[in-house]
Amino acid sequence: MSGAERDLVGRLLGPAGPEVSCETCFELLDRYVEAELAGMDPEAPMPGMRAHLDGCPACREDHDSLLDLVRGERG
Amino acid sequence: MLDALRAGGPRRDAAVAELHALLLRGARHELARRRSSLAGLSQGELDDLAHQAADDAATAVLGKLGTFRGESRFTTWAYKFVLLEAGVRARRRTWRDREVPVADDGLDRLAPPVRSAHQAAEQSELLAAVVEAVRRDLTPHQREVFTALAVNQVPIDVLAERLATTRGALYKTLHDARRRLRASLAGRGFDIGDAGAGT
Repeated sequence: MSGAERDLVGRLLGPAGPEVSCETCFELLDRYVEAELAGMDPEAPMPGMRAHLDGCPACREDHDSLLDLVRGERG
Repeated sequence: MLDALRAGGPRRDAAVAELHALLLRGARHELARRRSSLAGLSQGELDDLAHQAADDAATAVLGKLGTFRGESRFTTWAYKFVLLEAGVRARRRTWRDREVPVADDGLDRLAPPVRSAHQAAEQSELLAAVVEAVRRDLTPHQREVFTALAVNQVPIDVLAERLATTRGALYKTLHDARRRLRASLAGRGFDIGDAGAGT
């Protein structure tokens, strides 16, 4: 299987491990982003977030935008 | 700002205005990130979208103020509301005049029906099995949601609006469909391991 096919199958099947819901993702998103900006591993206190961000493009976009905005404001 | 928002009188009014200005900045940030997909909109229309997002986010933030526990900075917490509002509006605006593809023909593009031994040799066995499992093992609703979101890459907020449901409910359906597909493929002997990082 080529790399492109593997990526496609990955996109179709989504994350393999446990993941949080969209609602929980939104609830934790501010803490998750601040932990990332502080150089901490946000996954340890908030397990399942990374998997959800891998599987849900909309929540991923919200995450990326918040990270970008807060990082920019803090210079 | 937080203390003033929780207070009353003119001090609160000023804090609400400050909050709205913060949220408007967040909305403009989000719309600027999406500039390419919103290229058809005038500056006035973009500004309207930003104000609508900031207005609705301000209502949400003020309504949930009692749930803020100080586990992050208040501005980070408030920003997530407006980025959500602006993102949803932008996605829906981009798709406003487009048909949402939910039909199975997207599956045919993934794994076209095989008409020759040569085609069969070229087609990924796993990809063909995924498509077969989508057709055979998912419920009609799971198949519709899976095809729209995972195959045709319709934004989840756009599909939620068309089906009069929520992002969370649709993602739950997608999640259940994916679990069912993984179980089906594993049952047929496919080693899918941890395939699935990134969409």
